[in-house]
Amino acid sequence: MLNTLVKQVDPNMYRYDEFDAQFVGERVEQFAGQVARRLSGELTEDQFKPLRLMNGLYLQLHAYMLRVAVPYGTLSSKQMRKLAHIARTYDKDFGHFTTRTNLQFNWIKLVDVPAILRELADVEMHCIQTSGNCVRNVTADQFAGATDEEIEDPRPLAEIIRQWSSLHPEFVFLARKFKIAVGACEKDRAALLYHDMAVQIVKNAQGRIGYKVMAGGGMGRTPYIAHVMSEFVEREDILAYLEAVLRVYNQDSRRDNIHKQRIKILINAIGPEEMRKRVAREFDEIKRAGTLQLPQDELDRITAYFAPPKFETGLSDEMPEAGTDFANWVKTNVSKHRAPGYAIATITLKTPGQVPGDATSAQMDIIADLMDQFSVGEVRVTHEQNLVLPHVRKKDLPAIYAKLKELDFAAPNAGLITDIIACPGLDYCDLANARSIPIAQTIAKKFENLDRQHQIGELKIKISGCINACGHHHAGHIGILGVDKKGVEFYQLVLGGSGAEDASIGEIMGPGFGEHEIADAVERVVNVYIAQRKDGERFLDTYRRLGMAPFKDAAYEKAAA
Amino acid sequence: MTKLIKSGAYAQDVYAPVADDAALPDGPVLVSLARFHKDRDTLLARNTPVGIRLQSSENPEQLGQDVHHFALIALEFPKFRDGRAFSWARILRTRLGFTGEIRAVGDFLYDQVNYQHRVGFDAWEVPDNFTIEMFNRALTEMTNVYQPSADGKKTIRELRAAR
Ligand code: SF4
Repeated sequence: MLNTLVKQVDPNMYRYDEFDAQFVGERVEQFAGQVARRLSGELTEDQFKPLRLMNGLYLQLHAYMLRVAVPYGTLSSKQMRKLAHIARTYDKDFGHFTTRTNLQFNWIKLVDVPAILRELADVEMHCIQTSGNCVRNVTADQFAGATDEEIEDPRPLAEIIRQWSSLHPEFVFLARKFKIAVGACEKDRAALLYHDMAVQIVKNAQGRIGYKVMAGGGMGRTPYIAHVMSEFVEREDILAYLEAVLRVYNQDSRRDNIHKQRIKILINAIGPEEMRKRVAREFDEIKRAGTLQLPQDELDRITAYFAPPKFETGLSDEMPEAGTDFANWVKTNVSKHRAPGYAIATITLKTPGQVPGDATSAQMDIIADLMDQFSVGEVRVTHEQNLVLPHVRKKDLPAIYAKLKELDFAAPNAGLITDIIACPGLDYCDLANARSIPIAQTIAKKFENLDRQHQIGELKIKISGCINACGHHHAGHIGILGVDKKGVEFYQLVLGGSGAEDASIGEIMGPGFGEHEIADAVERVVNVYIAQRKDGERFLDTYRRLGMAPFKDAAYEKAAA
Repeated sequence: MTKLIKSGAYAQDVYAPVADDAALPDGPVLVSLARFHKDRDTLLARNTPVGIRLQSSENPEQLGQDVHHFALIALEFPKFRDGRAFSWARILRTRLGFTGEIRAVGDFLYDQVNYQHRVGFDAWEVPDNFTIEMFNRALTEMTNVYQPSADGKKTIRELRAAR
């Protein structure tokens, strides 16, 4: 329910000017025309498919799924309320936050899509390029603008990339999809190294700010960690450099085997050295043409939209006391903010038993109220399918916590074993081999005991319902991959992955476990860690020290008995 | 049957496509890259326009300075999902300075015509039911653009700066 007492706050974020508004408006009408041609039969499904995909519309097992872009994960309360309204009016009253920081509606009717797009355009949102073989929604560190670890806020660059890549005529029919992420600190919360291309804001030896560019990371059936393409690209050259990478990819990628058409395959086939050479040559050419330079005043203009809010001064930096439950939540879900007296609060959409990433319209409305009351009208969506209130006063945290408890979103588990990423899996996805959501729910229930979760510490479980790896299982400390064995769902364990700055690809343990065995197998693996860990080691550290053998022995031990 | 759209109107296709093993007829011809390699000197010695038809895997840069001998470069879309020709056209216009006709041939959609136009195509081999009105609509559905391409169109950034 919309709380009429809450005054809507407009956060400092990018605002459409008349050009952006016209662009999105015309794009909506263009797509409405495409839908009309499909409904009339003028377009076949085969012809309509790439067009609808470029606008985030999938045909799933039961219905159309519409994916709404949340650029670099930043949402205003007004936008959140609109998403709630759409869920209520056109869907089954809920939405799903994805690992690409987008929001998906799972039960959409094709005839309603133009109306939904018009409603989204009203709040400066769209579905452009949320699917299809083009540059997808640009993601960024969810603590952008709030953490003191960053060199600068990465979102202005992400916005510049969003604009440059929107309906880029050369790159809307790439060999495959292309995902870009932007980060601005050593700590990597955006899984940069698992992206087709990633930009990290860095300072060079002279103290000048520029960009480190990496490419060729990815999940899917052939996971790779990205290679560095350039250690330092000057600010004004960044779009020229990104265009160079994309052009080499568009020209040279295979087109004969859909499983070998991502940029990671190209780079690992020709080698990173050769790729750097080809990119450097294109880059020189594009620079010479001189039309893609990013002027400082444009960067400044976009940056101004993201100015930090006016932080109150003189606030106490002490964490308020409000009982043990609150203290536990603070331990995992509250992070250090750049301003004294402020904090960053993570709302995990992962209370054990919940579907990871799902929120009902009522929950979205209340979160919108929390955003207005406590976080300058702003929230961030994370690739771990959580939400973040980026700018909250420490003294407001108890009130926020109390409200989240009512919402059943107060699980004190950010980064813990029950903060699980799971793809939609066989419950929704027509590519799936196995269900992901019920497995996530079972594991979360098994480890529900909070003391135990805290005792286990940081442990990231990531579940995919098939080899496409939308649930990031390669990057899970414990990854789970659904496979199909003669019509029966099985689950393989993958250990030792990481999507952070210490990125690594998990190793497959061996044959899979049945749906009733997998949670127990996870437990036995965790028990090995508890028994063998040395002080301060996370699960991942112990695994890296010991290797697969002891975990494997334990996991199969009981399963065989 | 197909028709040719050029400079926003239906146009006569004056180029005779020549199979790799067929004799060269009089008048303007359209040949493959292989045929061009084989008969380069003969083709260039003739006093009639020569067109070349490149497959989507054939990078026009490999033509080197020969590129300027062609009056027409036809870029093939073997299936509409294969977007390599978007880059080829862009390179032809922006890097190689090619000023002749760049023609889209093969399997492409109405919805790709505007992108093709932006990267430098100026002629389209279209199905019979593709009208000039459709062509014009395709080019005007989106008024402004965010990124520079070969069409020289002012970008939204430039429009903002000029406000
Ligand atoms: S990983 Fe597979 S099952 Fe899961 S959402 Fe992706 S394609 Fe579907």
